[in-house]
Amino acid sequence: MEVDAGTTSAVGTDNQPTPVLRGRSKAIHQFTQQTLPACKPVLTPAWVIGTFFLMGVLFIPVGLISLHASQSVNEIVDRYDVDCVPDIFKNNKMAYIKNASVSKSCHRYLKVHKHMKAPIYIYYQLDNFYQNHRRYVKSRSDEQLLKGLGYNKTSSCEPQAFENGLPIVPCGLVAWSLFNDTFSFSRGTKKLEIERKNIAWKSDREHKFGKNVYPFNFQNSSFIGGGKLDTTIPLSDQEDLIVWMRTAAFPSFRKLYGRIEEDLEEDDIIVVHLMNNYNTYSFGGTKMIVLSTSNWLGGKNSFLGVAYIFVGSSSILIAFIFLLLHVKNPRPYVCIFLKDEGQFSNGCS
Amino acid sequence: MPFGRNERIRFSKIYSLSCFRPSTSDEHGQIGQKGYSRVVYCNDPENPEALQLRYRGNYVSTTKYTAVNFIPKSLFEQFRRVANIYFLVVACVSFSPLAPFRASSILFPLLVVIGATMAKEGVEDWRRRKQDIKANNRKIHVYRDHSFSQSKWKDLRVGDLVKVHKDEYFPSDLLLLSSSYPDGICYVETMNLDGETNLKLKHAFDFTSSLHDDNSFHKFKAVVKCEDPNEDLYSFVGSLSYNGQQHPLSLQQILLRDSKLRNTEYIYGVVIFTGHDTKVMQNATDPPSKRSKIERRMDKIIYILFTTLISISFIGSIFFGIRTSRDLNGSYGRWYLEPTRTTALYDPKRPVLAAFLHFLTGLMLYGYLIPISLYVSIEMVKVLQSIFINQDQDMYHEETNRPARARTSNLNEELGQVDTILSDKTGTLTCNSMEFVKCSIGGVAYGRGMTEVELALAKRKNLGQVEADVGDNSGSHGQKVIKGFNFRDERIMGGQWVNEGNSDVIQKFFRVLAICHTAIPDVNKDTGELSYEAESPDEAAFVIAARELGFEFFQRTQTSISLHECENGKKVDRSYELLNMIEFSSARKRMSVIIRNAENQLLLLCKGADSVMFERLSKESQPFEDQTKNHINKYAEAGLRTLVIAYRPLEEEEYTKWEQEFLKAKTSVSVDRDDLVDAAAEKIERNLILLGATAVEDKLQKGVPECIQKLSNAGIKMWVLTGDKMETAINIGYACSLLVQGMKQIVITLDSHDITALEKLNDREAIAKASRESIKKQLMDGRSQLDLAKSSAVLFGLIIDGRSLTFALEKSLESLFLDVAIDCSSVICCRSSPKQKALVTKMVKEGTRKTTLAIGDGANDVGMLQEADIGVGISGAEGMQAVMASDFAIAQFRFLERLLLVHGHWCYRRIAMMICYFFYKNIAFGFTLFWFEAHASFSGQPAYNDWYMSFYNVFFTSLPVIALGVFDQDVSARLCLKYPMLYQEGVQNILFNWPRILGWMFNGVLSSMIIFFICKNSTIHQSFRSDGHVIDYEILGVIMYTCVIWAVNSQMALSINYFTWIQHFFIWGSIFFWYVFLIIYGYLNPAWSTTAYRVFTDACAPSPFYWMTTLLVVVATLLPYFMYRSFQTRFHPMFHDEIQRRRSEGSECEGEVPDRVKDKMEHLSERMKHSHSHREM
Repeated sequence: MEVDAGTTSAVGTDNQPTPVLRGRSKAIHQFTQQTLPACKPVLTPAWVIGTFFLMGVLFIPVGLISLHASQSVNEIVDRYDVDCVPDIFKNNKMAYIKNASVSKSCHRYLKVHKHMKAPIYIYYQLDNFYQNHRRYVKSRSDEQLLKGLGYNKTSSCEPQAFENGLPIVPCGLVAWSLFNDTFSFSRGTKKLEIERKNIAWKSDREHKFGKNVYPFNFQNSSFIGGGKLDTTIPLSDQEDLIVWMRTAAFPSFRKLYGRIEEDLEEDDIIVVHLMNNYNTYSFGGTKMIVLSTSNWLGGKNSFLGVAYIFVGSSSILIAFIFLLLHVKNPRPYVCIFLKDEGQFSNGCS
Repeated sequence: MPFGRNERIRFSKIYSLSCFRPSTSDEHGQIGQKGYSRVVYCNDPENPEALQLRYRGNYVSTTKYTAVNFIPKSLFEQFRRVANIYFLVVACVSFSPLAPFRASSILFPLLVVIGATMAKEGVEDWRRRKQDIKANNRKIHVYRDHSFSQSKWKDLRVGDLVKVHKDEYFPSDLLLLSSSYPDGICYVETMNLDGETNLKLKHAFDFTSSLHDDNSFHKFKAVVKCEDPNEDLYSFVGSLSYNGQQHPLSLQQILLRDSKLRNTEYIYGVVIFTGHDTKVMQNATDPPSKRSKIERRMDKIIYILFTTLISISFIGSIFFGIRTSRDLNGSYGRWYLEPTRTTALYDPKRPVLAAFLHFLTGLMLYGYLIPISLYVSIEMVKVLQSIFINQDQDMYHEETNRPARARTSNLNEELGQVDTILSDKTGTLTCNSMEFVKCSIGGVAYGRGMTEVELALAKRKNLGQVEADVGDNSGSHGQKVIKGFNFRDERIMGGQWVNEGNSDVIQKFFRVLAICHTAIPDVNKDTGELSYEAESPDEAAFVIAARELGFEFFQRTQTSISLHECENGKKVDRSYELLNMIEFSSARKRMSVIIRNAENQLLLLCKGADSVMFERLSKESQPFEDQTKNHINKYAEAGLRTLVIAYRPLEEEEYTKWEQEFLKAKTSVSVDRDDLVDAAAEKIERNLILLGATAVEDKLQKGVPECIQKLSNAGIKMWVLTGDKMETAINIGYACSLLVQGMKQIVITLDSHDITALEKLNDREAIAKASRESIKKQLMDGRSQLDLAKSSAVLFGLIIDGRSLTFALEKSLESLFLDVAIDCSSVICCRSSPKQKALVTKMVKEGTRKTTLAIGDGANDVGMLQEADIGVGISGAEGMQAVMASDFAIAQFRFLERLLLVHGHWCYRRIAMMICYFFYKNIAFGFTLFWFEAHASFSGQPAYNDWYMSFYNVFFTSLPVIALGVFDQDVSARLCLKYPMLYQEGVQNILFNWPRILGWMFNGVLSSMIIFFICKNSTIHQSFRSDGHVIDYEILGVIMYTCVIWAVNSQMALSINYFTWIQHFFIWGSIFFWYVFLIIYGYLNPAWSTTAYRVFTDACAPSPFYWMTTLLVVVATLLPYFMYRSFQTRFHPMFHDEIQRRRSEGSECEGEVPDRVKDKMEHLSERMKHSHSHREM
C-alpha cells in the first residue's frame, strides 16, 4: 500500500522528555505514558501529490499490460440455443425440447479470425441460469458425493434425495440438473480431438468425489432433469458432473467442457456437432459455445486493464487538480490558540 | 495515649448536646404498627421469640451476582440490549431452514461477544466479592456465654451485645449502652456515611452508662421496639423497655455501621440492624449511571442501521416474491429448482408467504450491518483507556501518593466534550489548609506577608510592575515552617508585643484565640511537641497562632483550659475555668465561651463572622471599630477569611440569671429547643467589646491560575460555586485568572437599601417580591449591557450571591438568568448552599444541553457531582465522600487540564473514530452481501463461506479497531496542551456529528459497491488462470472477501494518525491472519471446510489475476476517502490537521511567534471574539 507507506515523518520527535530508562522498563514506561515512538503520517501537499502521481505512474502501465494480455486472447463465442431449434418449433420451443422423439442434433460453423494457439479451451456458457440460488446451492450432499450410498443423511438434497423409496446418488438438484448438451468438433473433414480429462479442479476430483461411488437410482423419476450418468464410472471420474457441481457465482457463467490440443489457423472453419438437449427455453436462458485461448492473466476480459488505467489516470488528474488548487489558493488560516498569555492566535474560517 | 488525659472529662457538661433529649414526637406512638414493627431482644438473641422473627444475619454481599445466578442474571443483563436480543433471535432462528448460514457460524460470534462481556462482569464482581469477604470476616468482640469473645462480623445476630474498640468500625447499627467515658458519651466519625470528618457525639442513657463489666451484662435484659429498616440516616424511631420502663430512643443512641469510633477507648452496644438492614446498606444504591452523549447517539445509529436492515430485507423479499411467483409460469419456469416439489420457503404458489419467510432470512443475512462486537469492543476500549488515565504519571500527586482514578469508564469520551465546568472553591481551587497570615488588633494591622491574591491584585493595579519583591511568603527566613501559620511581624512576634502601645488589647486578643475553641491538645510523646485536633482547619490555625505568639494552649480538662502564657519573658501557667460553651453553627456564625479567670472575673469570649459580630458590639467605646472594619474589608479583598474577635466582662448576677435560663433552654424537650438555646445565647452575646479581627488564608493550589487560563483558552466556560463572601470570591477569581483585567463585572446582589429596609420590617412576602423585582431588574440590566457590548470585544463576568441565586433559580427568572450567565465568560456564585450548587448544575445542564463537568472535594459537592454529566472529585483533605460520588478522582485541580485537554480529547476522538469506523466496516461488508443477493435473484444465498463471515467481526477486523480506540492520538499530549483550542473539536462535536457519521456510512456503501462491481466485472465469464479454469461461487467469495478485509483494514491504516508497532501489528496482522485462516481452514476435511476446501492454495494463490484484482479493488476503494482527506487537509483543515501540519513542518518548535503572525493573530482575535459572542446567541 503505497498510499500510507510513504507519508512518514517525524518519528517520535515530540515525545516528552522522560527520565532515562533502559530497555524493558523504558518500553513499559513509554507504553503506559502513551509516548511510544510512532510514525505520524501527515497529508502534506507534497505527499498528496506524490502519492497520487505515483499511483498513476504505477497503475497505467499495469493496466496497459493487463489490457494487452487480455487483447492477446482469442475467443470465439457462438449462441446456438435459438438457431438450433427447427423452424417448425420456433414458436414453441418448449414442445421441441420436451419432445424426445425430435432429433436434437445441430451443426454450427465457427470461423477462426485469428491464429489460436493450443491449448484452446472449450466452454459452454449459460445465461439467466441461477446456479447461485439458495435452494439450488443447498440441494446437494458433499458427504454423499464422497461416501456414496453408505451416507444417508441426505435431507439437504430434497426434493431429489429419494426416488421410489431408494436413495439417489448423486442426490440433489444440482446433480439432477446436470448439463447434457454434447459437443464434438471437426475442422474440414478431420475430426478435432477434444481432451475431456482434467477439466475439473484437482482437489475436487481427489477429495470431494468418491473413487468408489457410482451413480445409483439417478434420473429414474418420471420428471427427468438434465443429463444421465454412466453408472459404471465412479463419480471421481465423472468430470462433467464435477465441473457442473462447482456452482457458478453469477447467473451468467461459463463452464469448461474440454480442451483442443492443437492450434487453429486463421480462417479455419470449425464445425460443431452438438446435441441440443438442455432445456433453457422454459426460463428464458441462453446457451453459447465458446472457444478461447488463455494466458497468464486468464481469458479475454479487458475490464481489469481498463479499470487499472482508469484509476491510474484519475490519480494523475487528481494530482494535477490538487497541484493547481494548491498553487492558486493561499493556505486557509485555522483558529488555534497559542500559548502566550491567552492571546487568540487567529480566526476561524 | 493522648486520650488518657481526657478520659475523665465530662464533655457533657460543656457541650450543649449532652442535654439533648429526644422529643416525644407523634412518631413514637406508631411503634408496633406497620413500618415500626421491629423487636430486638437485647443480649438475648437466642430467645425463642427472637428466633421466630428470623431477622437477617450480618452477612453482607454487595456483589451483583452469586455463583448460582451469575449465568442467568448476567445473560439477562446482556440481552437487555436491543442489538444482542436481535442476535439471540437470529441464533435461535438459525436452527430452522430459514437461516442462510449454518447455526454454529451464527452462534460462534455471539458466544464470543457474550462470553467476553460476561468475563468482564465476572472479574468486576469478583473484586467486589473479595471486598465483601474482607468486610464479613472482620473481628468483633461479642458477648457470648457470659464473656466477650472474638467473632466474625458476619456471625453477628440481632440482639448481640458487642464491644467496639477505638478506631474500629461498627459492624452493624448498634444501640449505644455505655462507653469508656463515665457519662456514656462517645465520638463517632461518619466519613463513610456523609463525608464529614468532624467528630459527632453520641450519648447513651444514664441508666445504661454504668454497665461496664461482664457481671452487669449477665443480668442485662432489655427489649427494643423500633422502626423497620429504612434508608433515612437522620432519624430513628424506637423505644427501649428496660426494668419495666419505656424510654424513647433517638439517633443519639444509635451508632451506624461503617462509621468509626474515635477518641473513645471502647463502647458497648446492642445490635439492632444487621447486614442489609443497616442504614448504610439501605442507602447503598448504585450511583446514578451516566451514559455519554456519544453512546446515546450511537444507539440512534444502531436504530438507523436496523431500519436499513429492515428496508433492504424488505426490498429483497419483494423482488424474491415476484421472481418466485414466476417460476410456475411457463416462460420463466426455472425447472432446475423443481418449483412443483418445493417447501413454503420457495413456493411459487404462495409467493407472499415465501416473500415473508425470505424477509426473515434477509434479516439474518444482512445482520452483518449491525456490528455485533461494537458494544463489547467499546467497553473493552474504555476500560483500557481508564487504565491509561490511572497510569498517567503527569496526573500523579507524589505528596499524597494519589494517582488519578477513573472510577467509571463510561464517560471517558465525555471528558473531551465539556462545555462548562462548575467548580467548588474551598479545597478544590484552594488547598483547604488554613494559614494564619494577618490580624488587626486594636485598630492596628499586623502581618506582613502578601497573599497570592494580593499579588494578583497588585499586578492588576500596576499592570504587572510589581515583581517578586515580596519574596517568599512561606516564612522561610531561617525559621522553621509551621503548618497553619504564615505570620510575620517583628512588632508582635517573639514576645515583642508587650512593647506595643495597645499591649493589653493584644493580650486579650490572643487569649480569646487560645481559649475560645473546641480543639483538643495532643502531645507527641517522643518530641514533646504539641499539636491540636480541631474540628476545622481554621480553628487549628487560631490555636497555633496563639501558641506561636506566646499563648500556648496545652491542656483541656472537663471544666478548665490551661495555657502557658509568656509574661515578662517568663512562662506562666494559667488556667481558666470553663463555664459554658455556646457552639458554632452555620446559622449563628459565631461561637462563645464563658470563663472565669484566675482573678475571678467572668468573661465571655466570642469570635464570629463580621456580619453578625458588629451588630452585637456595645454601642459605646469602640475606639477602633472603623479601622477594624477597614482592615476586614482589605483582608476580604485579599482573599482572606476573616473573623471578628470580641469579649465581654460579665457581672456575677447577670451570669447566674442567664445560666439558669440557658440550662432550661438546653434541657427543654420541645421541638423549638434550638431556637430557645439560640435566644438564650443571644441574650448574653451582646454589648461586646471589639478586640480585632483575624485573617486566615486558604492558599490556592499549585498551578490553578495556569490551569484555569488553559481551560478558558480551550473555550471551556468556568463557573465557581462557593460559600465565600462576595469580595473574597471576586478576589479569588482574580487570583486564579477566572476574572481577568478588562473584564466587566455584572454583580447581582440583594444588599440594596430598599431590601435591607424591608428586612427590618420582617415581612417575608414583601421581601421576596421586592427581591424578585430587584433581581429581574439587575438581570435585565446585565442583558442590555451584554447586548451593547456585543460589537466590542469586552468580556463579562457574572457574580451573584446566594440569596439572589435563590430567586434567580425560580422558574420565572431561570431562563433570563441562564441567558445572561452563558453569555458571560465566567460566573461566580458566592454564598451558595450545596443544594443551590446542585440546582445550578442542573440548570446549566438542562438549559444549555451541553456537557457539564462538576468538580469538588467535599460532601457538600456530592449533589453537584451527581447532577453534572461528569463529576470529578478531588481526593483531598475533606474525606472521600466527593470521590465516592464522582466519576473521576484527581488529587489536584491542575490535573483537570491534562484530564480534559489530553485524555478527554484523545478518548473523545478515539471513541468517535472507532464508532464511525465500526459502522463503516460493517456497512461495507453487509452491502457486498446485498449486491450479491441482487445477482442471486434475492434467494438469500450469502456470498461467502459461513465461517469467513463469523470471523469477520471477531478476528479479521476487531483488533485494529480496538488498537485505534486505545492508542490513537491525533497529536501528542504536549501539543494538546499547547493548542488548547483543539479541545473545541470535542465541544462542538466535530468528529461525531451527523454529517460525519453519515459520511462514513456513505463511504461504507461506496466501498461495498466498488468492491462488488469491480470483482463482478473483472471475474465474469472468462477464465482467471492460464489453465482455463473459470471463477465460480467459491472463488468469487474468496476474492471478494479478500478485498473486503484488505479494504477495511487499509481504510483503518489511512484514517489513523499514529502508527506504533502495535497498530502495524494489528492491522497487517489481521490481514495476514485472513490468509493463514484461509490456508488452515482450506486444509480441513472438505466436510468441514465445504466451499473453502483448498480454494486458496489450489485455486487463488497461483493466479496473478487474484492478486491484481485485490490491488485494484483496494486502491479504488481507498481512493475516494484519500482524495477527500487530502483536499480537506489542505483546503479546509480541521484543528488537528493544522497542528499536525505545523508539527511536521517543525514550525511549532519555535518558541516565539513571528511578528507577522502576531499581528494577524491580534486582528483575528477581535474577529474571533465577535464570532464567539454571535455563536452563543
